[in-house]
This record gives sequence, structure tokens and C-alpha cells, in this order.
Amino acid sequence: MTGNDNASSRPTVADGAPSAAITVDRLVKVYKQTRAVDDISFSLARGSITGLLGGNGAGKTTTIAMIMGLVLPTSGRVRVLGHAMPEESAEVLGRMNFESPYVDMPMRLTVRQNLTIFGKLYAVKNLSDRIAMLAEDLDLTDFIDRANGKLSAGQKTRVALAKALINQPELLLLDEPTASLDPDTADWVRAHLERYRKDNNATILLASHNMLEVERLCDRVIIMKRGRIEDDDTPDAIMTRYNRSTLEEVFLDVARGRVNGLREEAAR
Amino acid sequence: MSSLALHRGLSMQRIGAMILRYWYLLLSSWPRLLELLYWPALQVITWGFLQLYIAQNANFFARAGGTLIGAVILWDILFRGQLGFSISFLEEMWARNLGNLMMSPLKPIEFLLALMIMSLIRLAIGVIPMTLLALFLFQFNVYSLGLPLIAFFCNLIFTSWAVGIFVSGLVLRNGLGAESIVWTLMFGIMPLACVYYPVSVLPVWLQYVAWSLPPTYVFEGMRALLIEGTFRTDLMLHALAINACLLVASFGAFLALLRSARKHGSLLSAGE
Repeated sequence: MTGNDNASSRPTVADGAPSAAITVDRLVKVYKQTRAVDDISFSLARGSITGLLGGNGAGKTTTIAMIMGLVLPTSGRVRVLGHAMPEESAEVLGRMNFESPYVDMPMRLTVRQNLTIFGKLYAVKNLSDRIAMLAEDLDLTDFIDRANGKLSAGQKTRVALAKALINQPELLLLDEPTASLDPDTADWVRAHLERYRKDNNATILLASHNMLEVERLCDRVIIMKRGRIEDDDTPDAIMTRYNRSTLEEVFLDVARGRVNGLREEAAR
Repeated sequence: MSSLALHRGLSMQRIGAMILRYWYLLLSSWPRLLELLYWPALQVITWGFLQLYIAQNANFFARAGGTLIGAVILWDILFRGQLGFSISFLEEMWARNLGNLMMSPLKPIEFLLALMIMSLIRLAIGVIPMTLLALFLFQFNVYSLGLPLIAFFCNLIFTSWAVGIFVSGLVLRNGLGAESIVWTLMFGIMPLACVYYPVSVLPVWLQYVAWSLPPTYVFEGMRALLIEGTFRTDLMLHALAINACLLVASFGAFLALLRSARKHGSLLSAGE
């Protein structure tokens, strides 16, 4: 089943919703000979948390980068918070934010200096209050005046999350938000994201390899493989369809091409 | 970073935030500050003593006192101005922070304006002590050039920004593999800009190339001032006109390279 077959034939959480936070329409990205993203379409409802799953090279990061406007699509359209990307990016960049393992915060600057600079870039009002609130929420207080380069991996992730939340974004794009974190810190970050979504009716799109994380956080899962959407539904519906009890098993089935037989078996 | 909304709402707060970012960085790193002072001081000392030696042995140079050391100082304004611009840009690549900036509401023009202001700050830190060294060691007072010095400075800094913008675009598009261009491109201009000798020394066909470069007018103007005591306004206006074209062209090239970087996915892997 191709991404479009699947995504367009079965109703999804947000299909056609006029208030969609993100609408991706027949998106294609070709790098020389490689089709990194191959004709995908989906739309995300405001206030939803969606997981983008897939193995390495599935096209998750490229998809997120095109949504952010960091990469131009070869064809297709992206609308974010009602605006075409990247043409109208100036209208939305202040209302969204992101965290990714592909970028760092400046290492020599302290946490407070970094947050101050990004707060100013995002024109955050009452910036010192906002930083104090984030420092308390994300437990940064003990090292807020320490250089970012001298923090542990877990502390850096929390700082990156604070940067991603500095402008109270309506839309949050996260690429592997808990990678390299110990289970306790990862769990703590997930709880914070859940709380943030609930308190702010924010939309979150996250790419992850952590299936437990996706099961816990997401009300919708989009599985990608070789640039196409392999499946798209709620975690429970996907597990039922594949006759599996965890998303990890589904992921392995998709990655190893054991898809059709399982679906037929589940259908019987 | 939106490349398509250049004309709307420049934000002084965002420009200020970027300057603050580089200022924090400078203050946090004494090697960075030392580097700003070290090379200009070394330059002026080396060339100052050379000029002293030549002046004691040649009538022409005795008469044209200060042309060498003046050229060294003005060349450093050009070279350090471009480096100040480009290094601030490279700091974002080295820190892998470019993605954060590109995804923020910061506009390309605001980013470039912040880099220009930082190049002035870095230049001031490096060149002001250099001019004081020239004054105390060699009794060459560059400030005695008076108002013409402002014309020289403005034209050189405009060229340095134009080159800095273009080179930053190249690094943005091609990654840190293109970093060496930042350090070397200006040296390619040096022989043609006739820093230490008049344009008439060049073969005629090469003189046309030399006169297409704004710094050539500045160095000719400086020699005219120091040797003949005349300030050539015409040379400065020519340089200004070419600089205006260069700045527009470099900004256009930067936007084109930014678009190309987005097309090729270079911003995702802003490393080598």
C-alpha cells in the first residue's frame, strides 16, 4: 500500500479540517537520483500530537524540514497554521518552534544568555519572567548561568526544549526529542510535552524511533518507509490492523516488509 | 528565516539580539579577543619597521612618508572588516546554530545587518590599538588624514561587507568545506587593488580590472593625499558607486545561494 493510497482512502483525524495546523499535499523531494519524500499527503488537526515513525532514511527529517521551510519541496504544497510555506513563512515562524538533534544551542553562551537571545528573536514579552517560568518548569535553575557546552546531555535537551517553548508556540516540531536521554529524564520530558499540549492546545509533530514514546504521547501515527506513507492512523488502530500488541512490533514488520500477510491475517 | 519578506518590518530588537549573541561570545572567549588584536599589531609593527628602513635609504619614500604604513592600516580595515563579518557568520556554522536562526523570525536582511555591525565592533577592537601603535612607534598618525579618512574607511568597509555577504552565501550553500574561501578570497583581490604600489605599475589590460575594484580607488586616493597632498573626491565617488553595485549584487547572490541551500537540503547538514 502506498502512502497516498493509504492516507487518502482512509479518513484520518484531521482530513479536510479547515483549522488544520499542518496540511501537506502531494509533497515530493528529490535529491539527484533519490526520492527522499515521495508524494505524501496528510493534515494535522490543531491540538493533536502526531508521531512520524520510520527507519533511517524513511524521509521523516526531510518531511519535517519541508514543513519548517528549511528545505524546498521539489513539488507539492505545505500549509502551516493557514499559511503557505515557505512563501508566507514570515507570518508563522514566530508562532511555531522546533527542536532537533541536527542543531545545537551556542556552547559558549550560558543557558540564560541563549534563552535571552532567542526570546528577543521571537519578540517574547516579559522575557525575564518567561525565562524564570521555563527555568522552573524544566528544572534549569541550578545551571541557568552555566555555559551550554558544560551541561550533560539531559540538561542540554531540557535547555533545547526551553528554547523550543520560549515563544509558547502553537505548533511544535520535534525531531527525536528524547534521543540520548536516560529513561527517567525521557519520561519527564514526555510528561512535560503532554502538559504543554493540554495547557496550550498546541499541535505537536514528532519524529521518533522510540515506539513507547509514540504510544504514550501520540493520538495519531504516520509510518513512513522509503519516502512514502506506509500507514496512518491512531496507535491502537494500527496495532489492531497489524495484529500486534506494540508499535515496536509493527515498526519491525514494516521495516522488514512483513506487512501484507499480517494485514490479511488481522483482517481474517 | 524568511527570504521572501525582506521589505516588511525590520526589527531592531532582532538585530540587537544577534549583536548581543556575538558580544556574549566575544566576552566569553579571551582567545577570540586576543586574535582580534594580535594580527593587526603584528602587521603594523612588521611593515612599520620596513618603512622606517626604506625611508632611511631612499629619497622617494622619505618624501612619501607613511604610504606603506598607511596602506597596511587601510588594508587591514578591508581585510579585518570582511573577516569580522564572515567569522561571526562562521560562528553559527561552527556552533550548529544556523538551523535555530533560520527557523526563527529573523530575516536575512536583519541577520546581515547584525553581521555588519559586528564587523565594525570587531574592527574597532583590532584596528584602533593598531593605529595607536603606529602613532607611538612610527609617529604615523592615521587620524591626521582627517575627513578623507572617513571616505577611505566607508569605501573599504562597504567592499568588505559585499565580499563578506557573498562568501557567507557560498559557505551557506556549500557547507564548511568552503570555509577556506573566507580566509583567502580577499588576498586574491590584494594584487589588483594596488595596496602597496600605484595602478600604473600594472600592465595596461590589468589596469582595467584594477579599476573595477573599489579598494583600488581608496589606495590611489591615499597615495595622492600623502604624496601630493590632494584629496581626490572623484576617486571616492567612483568607489562609492561601484560599492553600491557590489552590495546589491552580493545581497542578491546571498539570497540566491540561500534558496539553493534550501533546495539542496544544505541547511539540514550545515557542517562540512
